[in-house]
Amino acid sequence: MRSGFHMVRTLLAALAIMTVVGAGVGLAQTGQDPRPPAGGQPSGSNPTAQAVKEDQLLGALRGGDNISGRNTFPDPKAAILQQPQGRDYRGFREGWLPWIGGIAVLGMLVALAVFYFSRGRIALEPSDESGVKIQRFNAFERFTHWMTATCFIVLALSGLNYIFGKRLLMPLIGPDAFAWLSQWAKYAHNFLSWPFMLGVLFMIVVWIKDNIPDRYDAAWLRAGGGFLRGGAHPDAARFNAGQKLIFWSVALGGIALSITGIIMLFPFSYANINGMQWAQYIHAVVGVILIAIMIAHIYIGSLGMEGAYDAMGSGEVDLAWARRHHRAWVEEQQAKTASGRQIGGGPATAPAE
Amino acid sequence: MARMKFLCDADRCIECNACVTACKNEHDVPWGINRRRVVTLNDGKPGERSISMACMHCTDAPCAAVCPVNCFYTTADAVVLHSKDLCIGCGYCFYACPFGAPQYPRVGNFGSRGKMDKCTYCAGGPEADSSEAEYIKYGRNRLAEGKLPLCAEMCSTKALLAGDGDIIAKIYKERVTQRGYGSGAWGWKTAYRETVAL
Repeated sequence: MRSGFHMVRTLLAALAIMTVVGAGVGLAQTGQDPRPPAGGQPSGSNPTAQAVKEDQLLGALRGGDNISGRNTFPDPKAAILQQPQGRDYRGFREGWLPWIGGIAVLGMLVALAVFYFSRGRIALEPSDESGVKIQRFNAFERFTHWMTATCFIVLALSGLNYIFGKRLLMPLIGPDAFAWLSQWAKYAHNFLSWPFMLGVLFMIVVWIKDNIPDRYDAAWLRAGGGFLRGGAHPDAARFNAGQKLIFWSVALGGIALSITGIIMLFPFSYANINGMQWAQYIHAVVGVILIAIMIAHIYIGSLGMEGAYDAMGSGEVDLAWARRHHRAWVEEQQAKTASGRQIGGGPATAPAE
Repeated sequence: MARMKFLCDADRCIECNACVTACKNEHDVPWGINRRRVVTLNDGKPGERSISMACMHCTDAPCAAVCPVNCFYTTADAVVLHSKDLCIGCGYCFYACPFGAPQYPRVGNFGSRGKMDKCTYCAGGPEADSSEAEYIKYGRNRLAEGKLPLCAEMCSTKALLAGDGDIIAKIYKERVTQRGYGSGAWGWKTAYRETVAL
């Protein structure tokens, strides 16, 4: 009986508290909150009124943004729900790039063919200095050049394979052989990039001082390098303006390719997916342009001009050739050694009696 | 033949991640790769929604377009599959995919990546259906057994729908009509260039 009375008393107390609290809450509600809208849910909130919608999210995206949220994986790229930039990437890679690459490479080949058949090979013009040799590139310079050059050729071919392989090579050798080849081409591209980058660095170090624009360059460019009109040879120091353009294309293009390449060699280390897409855009465009420039460089250094190849071959060029193309440099070299061993030596520099 | 699609009803998804786990288990997916993932938008805010996302098996798939070795193919059910024998792991499909579906087993070694892996719509790869070789490379081929993708089949709230595009669109439309709201068929416009009119 005693416990029963106790229970009733507890219940009454609880009821009283509930009434007071309830009234208080009711007052607070009427004070702050208007009645729920007609037709709304009893709780007064529409569960979907603020729901995110894809259209709004896509519409609100600014360039470079993507739709991302939160995700339970320890992987930030998994939190990206949609990246519409993939469409732009596809448009570039399948739409623009084959045209840019095709026009650059084929355009250069056609231009060189036209030049070769109209102007012909630029001949060595003999003089009384013919047969005398002067050193143009030392062993380290030649090593640097050929290391970079061999890497570049492999990089260029494997790079072009990414764009044109499936269009040109795959129909010829079939998908299995082509995939095998492309796999090795990819490894070659990834691993030979390192000696290439080292080579570009060496080239910049050893040749930058001779590639600063100087007083001969404007005249050289005005004369078209003497390519178009035979006979007239504009003056040049160690490198003429054309060679300087090659140097700066390799230096700046090589740096651009190296930076964008490293971004892609280490996925997600330096850039997110959109950054890597941009790295690809720059890498591909600079790559095909540099390939076109290098085709011209290879042409003029071998087939296009007699006597030019020796500079990178044996390292020694004919003095007649050197004086014709790099008069200022020859004079400078001879002045440098005037007190010592004469360049060339031999009959041309023997004192006349 | 059916045109297979995925549809995630974000108003039903409770972010339990069971689709992710079921997929990993069914196909023995390697470490670090999740063929399906659940992304929560506006997390902790009013209007929060979770969407289960994987390869959407796009119409005119961008991954297939950019592949330098053409390793992708589309089945009669419009499922986008690829050959791991041809794949060279260049990563281009990942750049092009709007949904981040392609993933690679390796991260180091100058981005060698290894062979790409992605959702197969539980339809395996080019190897013989339900063969050992197919299982090792691509996981189980449920479609060949007459079953739908496991992620959708076992979804506890039936938020994730898989099957013929017209049928799942009809189911979703009925739901939206009945309950009076729907946040849309996520990814459909991007993947299929059409959406479910609500």
